Amino acid sequence: MSEDWPLYEVFIRSRSGLEHKHVGSLHAADARMAIEHARDVYTRRQEGVSIWAVRSADIIASDPEEADSLFEPARDKVYRHPTFYAIPEEVKNL
Amino acid sequence: MSARTHAPNGRDPAQQEAHFRYVLRLGDTSLVLGQRLGEWVGHAPALEEDLGLANLALDQIGQARLLLTYAGEIEDRGRDEDALAFLRDAPEFANLTLAEQPNGDFGQTIVRQWLLDAWQLEIYEGLLVSADTRLGAIAAKALKETRYHHRFSSGWLMRLGDGTRESHDRVQGALDSLWRFTAELFAADDVDERMEAAAIAPPLVELAPRWSARIDEDLRAATLKRPAAQPYPWHGRRGVHTEHLGHMLTEMQHLQRTYPGVRW
Repeated sequence: MSEDWPLYEVFIRSRSGLEHKHVGSLHAADARMAIEHARDVYTRRQEGVSIWAVRSADIIASDPEEADSLFEPARDKVYRHPTFYAIPEEVKNL
Repeated sequence: MSARTHAPNGRDPAQQEAHFRYVLRLGDTSLVLGQRLGEWVGHAPALEEDLGLANLALDQIGQARLLLTYAGEIEDRGRDEDALAFLRDAPEFANLTLAEQPNGDFGQTIVRQWLLDAWQLEIYEGLLVSADTRLGAIAAKALKETRYHHRFSSGWLMRLGDGTRESHDRVQGALDSLWRFTAELFAADDVDERMEAAAIAPPLVELAPRWSARIDEDLRAATLKRPAAQPYPWHGRRGVHTEHLGHMLTEMQHLQRTYPGVRW
């Protein structure tokens, strides 16, 4: 039965966390059921205080085939990391 | 152990007995409903529903533990939650007859759950201001769980009622078949009257119309018809049960009956 229901991705914000983190996916027939299923499946051990659920089909994802062209070019540009600057001693809280 | 002729703390023995029975009824209804829900584990129509029903079952059993432990203390004859749950026979069980009805199909389980969720909502809300503060504290904890249970069961009632032709007919059929047990939910007897007079229990006569209004609202949303009122021949709370409870207890109590006092 659940295979006939659309897939949702579930994001949970933990008590101490600031942002929602992806925890997994589940099947649900509608939006209300998606929240109930997420609650029942992913927060049984007090994992969270807030749930986001989004239809998996609505997520626009990068194509793994394009990973080389998307992400490789950044590899040899280490100068983009701000680790080459000598920080003056007077500067605090940087 | 010989029966006491005097209640502890100089209390009236008849009042003590009514208090015991009142808490026992609440506890037994939760226990029996929890056991029924547990029967779904591994059989629910989807993995997510399997977990959902198991969560409901665990909430009900958690409520039963608090209530039966307390009932045992009120009775003061040395029976703890386990003795009450596993060492009584069907005629000593005091649950609502509705709770012991078999799971049937998923729709029947949902209708039974929803009718009892709406009932527990009223009872626990009423108990928040009970003169019995221990009972009030149990109700406060249970009420949070029950609000979710009602959200879950009324959501399914709508989906099935306002779903396909088949789901609608099945859930309407379940409602028509289970409705005859609902008159017992608010039928006050001497136990209720004593507890209401002592401000321990909320007056059932005030809760009934609120339950009824919630039921009508949910039924409208689910496009289902409320069955006609039926006479009240069911007395699970007084230990007169349908044939289903005995079979359920056989399974539930098997381990304790076969190996008395077993621990692991």
